[in-house]
Amino acid sequence: MEKQKNKEINEFLQKGYEYGFETDIESETLPPGINEDVIKIISAKKEEPEFLLNWRLKAFAHWKTLKSPEWSQLNIDPIDYQSISYFSKPKQDDGPKSLDEVDPKLLETYEKLGIPLHERAKLAGVAVDAVFDSVSVVTTFKDKLAEAGVIFCSFSEAVQDHPELIKKYLGKVVPYRDNYFAALNAAVFSDGTFVYIPKGVRCPMELSTYFRINEAKTGQFERTLIVADEDSYVSYLVGCTAPMRDENQLHAAVVELIALNDAEIKYSTVQNWYPGDEKGKGGIYNFVTKRGDCRGENSKISWTQIETGSAITWKYPSCILRGDNSSGEFHSIALTNNLQQADTGTKMIHLGKNTKSKIISKGISAKSSQNTYRGLVSMSKGASQSRNYTQCDSLLIGNKSGAHTFPSINVNNTSSTLEHEATTSKISDDQLFYCQQRGIDEEDAIGLIVSGFCKEVLNELPMEFAVEARALLQVNLEGAIG
Amino acid sequence: MNNKKENVLEINDLSVSTSGSKILKGLNLSIRKGETHAIMGPNGSGKSTLAKTIAGHTDYEINNGTIKFLGNDLVSIPIEERSNLGLFLGFQYPIEIPGLSNTAFLKAAINAQRKYNDLKDIPANEFLLELKSKADQLGLDQSFLSRGVNEGFSGGEKKRNEILQMLMLNPKLSILDETDSGLDIDSMKIVADGVNSTRNEETSTIVITHYERLLNYLEPDYVHVINDGRIIKTGDSTLANELEEKGYEWLTKKK
Repeated sequence: MEKQKNKEINEFLQKGYEYGFETDIESETLPPGINEDVIKIISAKKEEPEFLLNWRLKAFAHWKTLKSPEWSQLNIDPIDYQSISYFSKPKQDDGPKSLDEVDPKLLETYEKLGIPLHERAKLAGVAVDAVFDSVSVVTTFKDKLAEAGVIFCSFSEAVQDHPELIKKYLGKVVPYRDNYFAALNAAVFSDGTFVYIPKGVRCPMELSTYFRINEAKTGQFERTLIVADEDSYVSYLVGCTAPMRDENQLHAAVVELIALNDAEIKYSTVQNWYPGDEKGKGGIYNFVTKRGDCRGENSKISWTQIETGSAITWKYPSCILRGDNSSGEFHSIALTNNLQQADTGTKMIHLGKNTKSKIISKGISAKSSQNTYRGLVSMSKGASQSRNYTQCDSLLIGNKSGAHTFPSINVNNTSSTLEHEATTSKISDDQLFYCQQRGIDEEDAIGLIVSGFCKEVLNELPMEFAVEARALLQVNLEGAIG
Repeated sequence: MNNKKENVLEINDLSVSTSGSKILKGLNLSIRKGETHAIMGPNGSGKSTLAKTIAGHTDYEINNGTIKFLGNDLVSIPIEERSNLGLFLGFQYPIEIPGLSNTAFLKAAINAQRKYNDLKDIPANEFLLELKSKADQLGLDQSFLSRGVNEGFSGGEKKRNEILQMLMLNPKLSILDETDSGLDIDSMKIVADGVNSTRNEETSTIVITHYERLLNYLEPDYVHVINDGRIIKTGDSTLANELEEKGYEWLTKKK
């Protein structure tokens, strides 16, 4: 049945070519531009079921009616959506052939970050498959997960193997109508990740370990869906401390998390994409929609993010606290240097009774960068006895950078409690002098002071990542003073 | 004292100003290996300025004179390098670094010093054992080590923390700027014992203080009185007792 449909789509597409759409369906990359045909080709190449193609087309139709939003505290050069190629398979042989061909500066950074030797080649984009025996490692992980009944695969695989789950949960937390970039992502998303943790299962490993080795390369329009069924637990860490090679300027990913009764999802991100040069040229735009749905009673979703890369970061990982007694957390470090801009924060939407949320945001701005916290805490009428605690700290380095805070609070009941604390501080000359008098040079001193400032968030990361994240903050602050 | 010992610190005709006002006006001071010197003097006479200038604080501008530390001309040497050469300043008002644990801070300081001396990072075990024993010596609880640097410490804890850092870093010259202020008698005894435990033929100490009490514990080799940016009187430890009795006026008026 499914095959038959695919055949029809293919035939339709073949026909399309007669009318001048000049693309070989076998080719690995589509020419730049976006239209319905492009979406049909993407869907056909992935042999997607009809419901998914229809969903993409509806999203595209909706996207066409939208305008790029302008309410943020960001300066964004106009994006030409017709100049982007919406489907390209990563080529195996256009990268460097060995580590000897990789920019020594990049290798130096890996060294500073303490990235294990066997991962460096992969991160630097060295085009050799299985240069190290990670394949067997990955297989071991996969076996272990399968034994526990955990589904953990690419989005495309999930569409083929578990279409019923995709159909049930896709777009239910971030509908394509949600916003401009969510609509665009829904129309053209290339691939991503799907995770399903069955009832009563505690995922036997941190899903980060696998990622570090296997998924260093992320797509431009990535889509992640994580479903934690009743009474299950999963901790997922995506991203990488090492700066990644990437030619795509716009990244518009969507992440949806769903936690059913008594389930818990911990989602951590480390984002260190190319921020552009000192004049702000050439950096990545990271416009991501991330939202978690605490659908079940006693469910819990916790976001942790370390955002140090990208020219522009624009994202608000949020929680919908629908189930009674559910809780949401947001722990964030956003560091901007040079001309980087970040407009990030969270939304905690309290719907269920006795729901709890906690927001810890640490913004660090150096040089001429701009760092904005934007957040919403909303307590609906039914969210009686709910609580929120927000702590929002900004640290300024030098005297040209900016920190902005836009917290919104809506309360529609009389039994909820909210606390909001905010501080803005500067690294003082006295602090630097104190460190230097103890033999620590200025750059290391800034690194130490910043890691102290970020402690509560760094503590949320798995141990080995916390060490790397500290190093990452320091590396990204090089030259922050002076 | 043994006159053949080499100078650790040699200050010649030092004039220093900050925010446009002249604080030190031709100060001379020599300190040899193994010696302990006390510096006393009325408020605003230039005691803390001297300490911060030796350490390299950029708020203080050297208008004239030289400072030599172990033969190095300090004026052109960066702050952290002065420290790594073996110069320690115990702060009058220790600085808070929220969130950064005392342990992490000390480890960074020790490893910076080791790196400067071409040594590998200190092994974690060795470091922790030493830290624990030094903390015990100063009567500091273990929980103290994981708290943020000086964050929420009482006045006495801050001062003891300075001495802890001094003990861990093994400086060749320590300048303790009013380390005794704000300490009760018991804490002062602990601090003094800590300082005394580091005294040997190789290390030297400058103690800046208002009170003879600390000096009773430390028994300095010399006591200097600073007034208006110069040393106006130098004597042995009996001078401190005399000052305690008479105050500074008999010295400053004479001038």
